[in-house]
Amino acid sequence: MIVEAENLEVKEIRLTDRPKYTKKDLVADHPTWCPGCGDFSILSIYFKMMEKLQVPHEKITSIAGIGCSSRFPYFVNAYGVHFLHGRAAAFATGVSLMRPDLHVFVFGGDGDAFSIGGNHLTHAARKNVKMTYVIMDNFVYGLTKKQTSPTSPLGFKSKTDPTGAIDHPINPMKQLIAAGATFIARSHSHLPNHVMEMMEKAMQHDGFSVVECLSECTEFYPGAFDAANPRKGGVFNLVPAEHDATDEVAAYKLAMADFPGYFGVFYNVQRPTKNALEARLIADAKAKSENATPVELLQKTFARLS
Amino acid sequence: MIDQKVADASASSGGQQPQRGRRIQDAVIRLAGNSQDGIQAIGSFLARLAGRTDKDVMTYMTIPSTISGGPSIYQVRLGTGEVLSAGDDVDILVAFYQHSYNDHINTLRDGGILIYDSDNVKPDENQKRYRSVGVHITGQTVEAIGGTAKDKGKNMFVLGLLARMYDLDVPKLESMLQAYYKSKGDDVIRNVIGAFNAGYGYDIGRLTDTFKFVPSTNKTARKQVVTDGNQAIAYGALAAGIRFGAGYPITPWSSVMEILRAELPKYGGIFVQAEDELAAIAIACGASYSGHLSLTGTSGPGLSLKTEALGWAVMAEMPIVIIDVQRGGPSTGLPTNVEQSDLNIACFGGHGDSPRIVLAPSSVEDCFYVTLEAAKLAREYSCPAIVLTDQALATRVETWEMPDIAKLMQDLTPDFAPRGPNYKAYQNTVDGIAHHAPPGTPMLDGKYPVVTGLEHDETGHPASRPANHVMMVAKRRRKLQVLASRLPKAETYGPPEGNVLLVSWGSSHGPVREAVDKARAEGESVSGLNIRYIQPLQPGISEIMDGFNHIFVVELNDEGPYGYGQLAGVLRARFCNDKIVGINKTDGLPFKIREILNGMNERLKKTPGPALTHA
Ligand SMILES: Cc1ncc(C[n+]2csc(CCOP(=O)(O)OP(=O)(O)O)c2C)c(N)n1
Ligand code: SF4
Ligand SMILES: [Mg+2]
Repeated sequence: MIVEAENLEVKEIRLTDRPKYTKKDLVADHPTWCPGCGDFSILSIYFKMMEKLQVPHEKITSIAGIGCSSRFPYFVNAYGVHFLHGRAAAFATGVSLMRPDLHVFVFGGDGDAFSIGGNHLTHAARKNVKMTYVIMDNFVYGLTKKQTSPTSPLGFKSKTDPTGAIDHPINPMKQLIAAGATFIARSHSHLPNHVMEMMEKAMQHDGFSVVECLSECTEFYPGAFDAANPRKGGVFNLVPAEHDATDEVAAYKLAMADFPGYFGVFYNVQRPTKNALEARLIADAKAKSENATPVELLQKTFARLS
Repeated sequence: MIDQKVADASASSGGQQPQRGRRIQDAVIRLAGNSQDGIQAIGSFLARLAGRTDKDVMTYMTIPSTISGGPSIYQVRLGTGEVLSAGDDVDILVAFYQHSYNDHINTLRDGGILIYDSDNVKPDENQKRYRSVGVHITGQTVEAIGGTAKDKGKNMFVLGLLARMYDLDVPKLESMLQAYYKSKGDDVIRNVIGAFNAGYGYDIGRLTDTFKFVPSTNKTARKQVVTDGNQAIAYGALAAGIRFGAGYPITPWSSVMEILRAELPKYGGIFVQAEDELAAIAIACGASYSGHLSLTGTSGPGLSLKTEALGWAVMAEMPIVIIDVQRGGPSTGLPTNVEQSDLNIACFGGHGDSPRIVLAPSSVEDCFYVTLEAAKLAREYSCPAIVLTDQALATRVETWEMPDIAKLMQDLTPDFAPRGPNYKAYQNTVDGIAHHAPPGTPMLDGKYPVVTGLEHDETGHPASRPANHVMMVAKRRRKLQVLASRLPKAETYGPPEGNVLLVSWGSSHGPVREAVDKARAEGESVSGLNIRYIQPLQPGISEIMDGFNHIFVVELNDEGPYGYGQLAGVLRARFCNDKIVGINKTDGLPFKIREILNGMNERLKKTPGPALTHA
């Protein structure tokens, strides 16, 4: 083990003076998405952001559930995980808690986040586990070919609602505020600069940060977000400058606006992360046991049991 | 062993003079009261005392299904030499209440001794089956320590009675009481010791026989420890180097997670209480992926929920340890009773072909070592490993030899040494085994792997080509075949050939061994075979089976539509041997020796089989 630790140090030294990587180094498979799919833009922003921030290549970790958007990790040449439908946030919790040296990104769709993964999203948020979750919201189930999603608007005609959706949709912003996420932003994949700004801010946040990014499914819900796309005659309403992002009620009010609503940072507060709280438990426990080694600790336990 | 003890006991019922200091090999004591009477405390003090005085012990208790109060029992079997089961019949029944007497008097063996609280219980005065000894347990306790403490002190009074009756090591007991109640303050200690002394001083020898255990002949050099099975699992995980766990509360698994939640921070680790079992295993998979072997665990319904991610771990070849403390099922079933009915879901649960490792501990001590081994195998084979324990093992207390922690402790620091070039996370090696690089590991050729539940090629890229799926399915299966070939050869308990082979697994191991001893003592040709490696199976089982006329698989599950239970089904499928028949039961209680032997004899009557060739 010691030998390996030495190796690692040598490597670290080399890494600091290695050449900067470019977007090209981060490109893996060509995405399998349909032409024009909004997800392309989020992928290229991720590349651009990593290139800018130069997060060490081997520390980039992207985790996803299942869905069109969740294919994301295959398209990034970095550590990646393609996990289960809805449970990427839970998986990322394990990674984040054990590896403070990594900044964990989660990518996935609206069904993944708010339907099958709703409970996991809620609890990762309330525990304030450090990670950045980018929800690529297309208001539809893409991968399974056009079923109603929890964010599909009333009346949306899908294969499971041929006469139009009748179930009240989830409001992602309200849901996330109520869950206890500490950084909540909303963006639109047709405005790459805004997406980049939101993702960077999210990444800088010490805690559970989430960006809901409207991302058009050109195949099954074309034009869904035109109303917020200036190039298609829509209006892109930024969160008003006077909005106090630490005010939960104000954030909630912003979230009440009719579609297409506002874009920007809705909510941003500091609360101790689970990572920090667990680290404190460890520090306290170690202090109390006077940094006993694992062998000493377990020997003591068994002495008590004899 | 049972026979040697109190052989002439029946003579002592009725009005004869009690005998003092009779030599016995072991004793089965059942304490029956309400859960708030602290009868568990009596039992656990007896158990710990046994551990300190070279005696073996096994306990058995029922947890009342209601949270507070309610009838509860604690049974302790103390013995010189190996104690393999909690005992079929009770030598001494202590009844605190009328309902305790009514409900448990039938468990008292002929010639046994009933001790009852004559302030609360009116026993049948005309019977001659056992000796009845009335003691004013409530009144005497009040007299000793005052009225306010009577409910609290009765258990200590009884402990004193039993200490007198069995000539137990009183200085050791007293020092244990002192140490245990130290934090509760002087008043409590005074009452505890007061009640204990009153019980001890009662001189029960005037009313009934008293006993002395024959001294132990095989004193072990190592100290004994006293734990229940769930403690052994938690400490086994710590010794295995596991520093991360995640779980969701469910009986009887919860105490493992409670211990780990308290202990792991001292070791620099974390235990997460997840929102549900789906999350618990997902979180654990994430921590394992990050480079730290992780543990999750559950009981019954929780394992059903975990099968989705279990399949992912098989496909992604992610090491992870999963504890399943079996209870009665299906659905919510019998949450506080034992059953061995999760074997099928443990081995086969989930969709698709998903080979995983399954081990079953056969005693409290084995819970410790099996957890250690599961952790090693999971890592070595990049595969989920399930520890299939059960409610009986989880809650009973046994003495076992102090483990050599300095020798056993594993350090599982992740290996971040650079990999490559051409590193393949899913390399199709000869033995099928490949290992992941944790994130943070530099790749010398700049190509980074994706870990996935989609079928993939050797580099982790999604690949649905027919030939690739054939190759990867075989790779995942081959790991288990390789593991099987490396496992130690199966061995019988008793001669390797004979008339009857009793096959056990998990908590049926102890009773089966005792049944084998008993049958052999009566001249029958019976051997035992315990299956510790449920999947894959050890080599040598087929050869052993060939040496017997009858093979009975003893397990706590239903015999199913075809007359055999879950392990028997696996063995039948594996060995195409229709001699394999089940001895099953589903009453939610551990096997009694008698039940096993009766089951065996019934089946032998039905199918006598070929003439006995081996003695
Ligand atoms: C347990 C489970 N249930 C169902 C599915 C099928 N499934 C895969 S993706 C998906 C929904 C995808 O929608 P969304 O999460 O919005 O992602 P998108 O494809 O729109 O990006 C479903 C239902 C699955 N993979 N696993
Ligand atoms: S189906 Fe929709 S979400 Fe999926 S790739 Fe095509 S456009 Fe994108
Ligand atoms: Mg979607």
